[in-house]
Amino acid sequence: MSVTKKAVEKKATRAAFGDEIVRLGESNKDIYVVDIDIGKSCKTDKFIEKFPMQHINVGIAEQNGAGIAAGLATTGKIPFISTYAVFGSLRMAEQIRQEVCYPNLNVKIACSHGGLTPGNDGGSHQAIEDMGVMRSFPNMTVIMGADYHSTRKLIAEAAAMYGPVYLRFTRDAVPMIYDENETFEIGKAKQLRDGEDIAIIANGDTVRLAIEAAEQLEQNGVSVKLLDMHTIKPLDVEAVKDCLDIGSIITVEDHNILNGLGSAVAEVIAEAGKGQLARIGVQDRFGESAPYEKLLEINGITVENIIAKANQLLTN
Amino acid sequence: MQQTSVEQLKQHAIELRKTAVTMVYEAQSGHPGGSLSAADVISALYFREMNVDPANPKWEDRDRFVLSKGHVAPIQYAALALRGFVSNESVYTLRQYGSPFQGHPDMKKCPGIDISTGSLGQGLSCAVGMAIAGQRDEKDYRVFAMVGDGECQEGQIWEAIQAAVKYKLDNLIVFVDNNRLQIDGFCEDVMPLLDLEKKFDAFGFDTTRIDGHSMEQIVETLDTFAKQKNGKPKCIVCDTVKGKGVSYMEDQAAWHGTAPNKEEFELAIKELEGGLPV
Repeated sequence: MSVTKKAVEKKATRAAFGDEIVRLGESNKDIYVVDIDIGKSCKTDKFIEKFPMQHINVGIAEQNGAGIAAGLATTGKIPFISTYAVFGSLRMAEQIRQEVCYPNLNVKIACSHGGLTPGNDGGSHQAIEDMGVMRSFPNMTVIMGADYHSTRKLIAEAAAMYGPVYLRFTRDAVPMIYDENETFEIGKAKQLRDGEDIAIIANGDTVRLAIEAAEQLEQNGVSVKLLDMHTIKPLDVEAVKDCLDIGSIITVEDHNILNGLGSAVAEVIAEAGKGQLARIGVQDRFGESAPYEKLLEINGITVENIIAKANQLLTN
Repeated sequence: MQQTSVEQLKQHAIELRKTAVTMVYEAQSGHPGGSLSAADVISALYFREMNVDPANPKWEDRDRFVLSKGHVAPIQYAALALRGFVSNESVYTLRQYGSPFQGHPDMKKCPGIDISTGSLGQGLSCAVGMAIAGQRDEKDYRVFAMVGDGECQEGQIWEAIQAAVKYKLDNLIVFVDNNRLQIDGFCEDVMPLLDLEKKFDAFGFDTTRIDGHSMEQIVETLDTFAKQKNGKPKCIVCDTVKGKGVSYMEDQAAWHGTAPNKEEFELAIKELEGGLPV
């Protein structure tokens, strides 16, 4: 695969949703957006303007939004519920379980402000458990793209597949990693680097941290295998198993270390009965108002900590 | 659309009640009280009002029915059987392993179920979604939904009502099965709902109130009130009796989710058959 060198260019992955949903809405009149008042923030404004008849705004009423989406889906529509991750995964959690996942309806939940990215909004708005909640529901697929282009591709894949999908985006701009022609398959990890000493499995905007850590480790003679695990459910179990021979695995995520990527990978490792794992992510604590980078630092979601954990595992 | 007479609808309602009670008795599990209060409206919908095709349950132009109070599934299953969606005998597998007749309606398992329900307060939102789709697609189908009065304690019901009014869903008809009881007792004591007719009206619905056991009133309301294409969703508050038709179940919260024993069952059937017109 080709990793773009223009690491300076940045775009929020919520913008990827805003752009891709317009493309999808144009080619398929069954694509609907169900907004929950925060359309501007979630970047659905272009869609609203172009396709008002494919748009619904339920106001500040998440539970109803989920139910309406389910009702639309029974008639063959492909509704994308658009809101913030903290609300999309929790305020409407039971509605998603009962009316979307239980009847296995074709509803997509597209959520901006995933993880700690709404830094200054504080802990109330930082979704640190959303992917874990969604991962618990049968029939649900759970995805977070690493950058703008991969997120667009994954949204298109989600629209093309049948069934519930939870898509998580960043509020803040994150560096471009992939070329716009790169292809992505739901449930299939993207290998960014092959190596023999240690495997790093990251997702979302922490992939950029993992890339940087891997580059520094390589400079110090450590050979790193790096996977972008954009889909945590269904997990690419084979890709994780392929890391078992390396033996040392680090997961990196902007999510609680409980129930997210780290837990999903830990399940594979535990069942295989071999390998050692270090999980980097939110340390089972709520956030607070602070710059995003500061919140990452508090939780050890940093290039330095990835390198430190790698060295620790290698000396075990 | 069938134009079944009021007398035939009354007879069907008795059959539905007998089937539902028998299902719950056979399963020794289920919700007889609310099934019996809903029976007359269900009869009118399935045997007169709704444009459905038992041979093609997913026909895209069909009228939809959303049983938001999903625990009274037995009365809907009874209607699906009598209407020919499923065989008459099959419904007695209610709540058994492998049965299409789950404890609460499951659209993946049972033909004729338009949406899975069971968690109160959620079905009405789904009905709104179906009605919006029908309106946007310029389809003539209508969406009928039934909610319980106790269910209206759920905040999501009022979210759905707001959306139905905003989107001018005159293809949506909501029945409130106003039987005044919920599991813990009278709604009035558990959490008063005040005047539901006025509340729906205040939220922007066209609202009326009828005796939910008077087939004449149900049919009259469906023929006139419910058919007005005036940009407003419709609400029909149906005053009903929980356990209607079985004397010892009437107005008893205890029969919300209790199965009758053999003697109770036989008495129930006898009383229901006694209500059959000669």
